[in-house]
Amino acid sequence: MAWQWFHRLGSPKWFYEKTTPWMPWLAFFSLLIIVGGSIVALGFAPTTVEQGNSYRIIYIHVPASIVAMAAYYVMALAGAVGLIWKMKLANVVMKVAAPIGAILTALALFTGAVWGKPTWGTYWVWDARLTSVLILFFLYLGVVALQGAFQDREMADKSSAILCLVGMVNIPIIYKSVDWWFTLHQPASLKFTSASTINSDLMVYLLLTMIAGFYLFFAWSLLAATRAEILARESKTQWVRALLHKPAEPTA
Amino acid sequence: MTFRFDSFADFIAMSGHGPYIWACYTALLIALVAIVIRPMMKTRSVRLEIKQQQNIALRRAEQKKRT
Repeated sequence: MAWQWFHRLGSPKWFYEKTTPWMPWLAFFSLLIIVGGSIVALGFAPTTVEQGNSYRIIYIHVPASIVAMAAYYVMALAGAVGLIWKMKLANVVMKVAAPIGAILTALALFTGAVWGKPTWGTYWVWDARLTSVLILFFLYLGVVALQGAFQDREMADKSSAILCLVGMVNIPIIYKSVDWWFTLHQPASLKFTSASTINSDLMVYLLLTMIAGFYLFFAWSLLAATRAEILARESKTQWVRALLHKPAEPTA
Repeated sequence: MTFRFDSFADFIAMSGHGPYIWACYTALLIALVAIVIRPMMKTRSVRLEIKQQQNIALRRAEQKKRT
């Protein structure tokens, strides 16, 4: 059956068992790439004439921003699937993506502000790019808050999903903000359709590597958080009990 | 690929940008650790809860045996 995988995916137990062998590999490679990439970024990457060493912040700032937005897609898509097909697993993914996205957005905002000080002379300006990313951060916090606000699981999932979908409007605004408005923020450094504004090959490859590392880390953390949430929600079931706690020896 | 700094002190100072750069990489570390720890803590609490419930069930069974 073509739809069998879809129904299976709805089964938390099947998902948990299926993803178990992936976890150490994702953890290993994301750690390797992010740690290795950071070492190269800090000590070996060339810098630009205009920005000097502060340019080394780009290797955190850009990947964190990209994956923070990708996390929103995942969260909104999961929310939509949960809303339409009432799939348990999709609601779990939506719930656990929110705090991860919030942390990544906070990292992007923080590194951006700290990078802004030596480059623009200020930590913060209320321009289109910065403000729209701040709104992204609040949307994530909104989903986290909604999840905590309801006693009823179904109500919490439904209202968070609607917030996710409404908030989707913000994503193209973030992307296009540097083109639509006059902002202090520089336009995209990497372009697929024309030459990137970065002039060194090493910089481009290093940035792409860090982006890949962040994506891998996001994949790992999303799976890890989903698996933990599955265990919490299914803690009354036999398979979770058997998995987490070896049954006490029968007293003779 | 060559190391871009003459000395370790140079590397830390980053020609005056040191505080900004090290603040960002510290923030990266904190963010990653926060994201990694959250699911671990959750699984831990579920495990403890299951253990407690099983201990309670065991004790009840023992009490029943005695009476």
